[in-house]
Amino acid sequence: MIELHGLTKRFGEKLAVDSLTFSVRPGMVTGFLGPNGAGKSTTMRLMLGLDRPTAGDVRIDGKHYQDLDEPLRYIGALLEAQARHPGRSAYNHLLCLAQSNRIPRARVAEVLDLVGLQAVAKKRTKGFSLGMGQRLGIAAALLGDPTILMFDEPVNGLDPEGIHWIRNLMKRLAAEGRTVFVSSHLMSEMALTADHLVVIGKGKLLADTTMAEFIRQNSRSFVRVRTPQPEQLRDALHGAGITAVTAADGSYEISGVTAARLGDLAAQHRIVLHELSPQQASLEEAFMQLTAETVEYHAHETPPPEPVAAEPVAEPAGAWGENWQQRGRGRSGEGG
Amino acid sequence: MAVVPAVLRSEWTKIRSVRSTVWTLSLAVLITVALGVLISALTNNNFSRMPASEQITFDATYTSFAGMSLGQLLMIVFGVLVVSNEYSTGMIRASLAAVPQRGTFLFSKIAVATLLAFVVGEITAFIAFFAGQASLGSHSAHISDPGVLRAVFGGGLYLTLISVFAMGCAAMLRSPLLSLAILMPFFFLISNILHAVSATRHVANYLPDQAGQKVMMVVTTGDSRPYGPWIGLLIMALWVIAALVGGYAVLKERDA
Repeated sequence: MIELHGLTKRFGEKLAVDSLTFSVRPGMVTGFLGPNGAGKSTTMRLMLGLDRPTAGDVRIDGKHYQDLDEPLRYIGALLEAQARHPGRSAYNHLLCLAQSNRIPRARVAEVLDLVGLQAVAKKRTKGFSLGMGQRLGIAAALLGDPTILMFDEPVNGLDPEGIHWIRNLMKRLAAEGRTVFVSSHLMSEMALTADHLVVIGKGKLLADTTMAEFIRQNSRSFVRVRTPQPEQLRDALHGAGITAVTAADGSYEISGVTAARLGDLAAQHRIVLHELSPQQASLEEAFMQLTAETVEYHAHETPPPEPVAAEPVAEPAGAWGENWQQRGRGRSGEGG
Repeated sequence: MAVVPAVLRSEWTKIRSVRSTVWTLSLAVLITVALGVLISALTNNNFSRMPASEQITFDATYTSFAGMSLGQLLMIVFGVLVVSNEYSTGMIRASLAAVPQRGTFLFSKIAVATLLAFVVGEITAFIAFFAGQASLGSHSAHISDPGVLRAVFGGGLYLTLISVFAMGCAAMLRSPLLSLAILMPFFFLISNILHAVSATRHVANYLPDQAGQKVMMVVTTGDSRPYGPWIGLLIMALWVIAALVGGYAVLKERDA
């Protein structure tokens, strides 16, 4: 269990982390999501006591990181930037970390085996590929068999096989009852691994919710209908009490009604349909919608408006509207 | 709290598992001894042509330490790299995540590196002395002569302290390049120039290296330093303590 209370970090004028309060619970994968520069890495560094918070604190199982006895036995972390001496062998890198926390030497060989680096254990890490470096970082995180694991952008730069391996590893670690906290700037990645979701933007908490709840609230599903007889269809829908939204390409987007019901309706009114397809807006879009405003500050450096409330997806605001059109499915005005 | 012996063991693994340790320390021995032997041999050949005043105040022990001026630079490189490697490679993040008690981390590292520097420093000083005396022929000193053992043992201490001073500076400056760019010219040139110029000599006498070198002298006739060998070493030790306190203060306050 990791608890953050009003965690704040200021670098000069820039507020990198802005009074974050949330908990990371055991037995599940908690995704830590935010655009680049949202403060994810800084938050993780604060959690590990590498950076000093300006205000607030982090507790690991009720203790400050500095007060943990042999912290590698509690919490293992893979940080984004590589943290190793390139002239030292993989084995010695892990050995010196193990020794500092009185972790038996045999465990070093174990974790090297676990991440598949046993063949290059005695090689200096200078020549390691990005993927090998990530595996070594994960081996270091697993060294103390910790109950809490923290991964900062673990799939960055990995090949598909490596990504697949890390996803499964995280799920397995969570299934063993461990606390797994993983950051990413890709919603699609989180959707595949995370059970719980913490979203930040510009250092502020934007959402703290279960993945299922986030999907339920944010994945707008609708049926797209295209017809050469738009007037008749609109009348028919109106008659049935169904509201349709006209998309930019002239098709209708209809929520809350099944495709079958719409097909029947069109048949009753002898309306020709050229398309009748159920659609689901992607989570990536929902994430972008949620963080659009915070990304916007980056681009224009406008004075920050009211803090974004910690509730998932509000109504689409004008600021991101145009983006949404380009990115989305060509939805336009609220015709109907 | 982290267990100190465990952290010491970890730091020993770190120090023995990188090549820079081996090459800096072996070069320190090699250069100090080789240069000392060379200067001693040349002095032996030219001894009869030296002015009588110089012959009377000739210090055979100090002459065999002529290589220290270069050898100490390698000890400085060793001290700088031991500490600043953590920062330049990013290893510091893994190290502090494993040992978040920053004082325990820093002083365990420095303790291990100091012990190693001490062993290498003493080996260097004794080899340089005996090899140098062998090259000095009839002008050589004997280890049992008054003050000689102190000077040789002190020579090892001098190399140790200069290395630890570099560790403290590197902990303050973090960057290996910046640390070396400041320390190398300072100890190779600036300090010696300040000591050679009569106007600045009495101030330069209190610089860490100038003060520390007093311990290596057996014949002190004509030396401007107004203190004895152990006081000189103490002055140097105070500089070292100041550098370590500064290094600790920086590590404690700043983000890793």
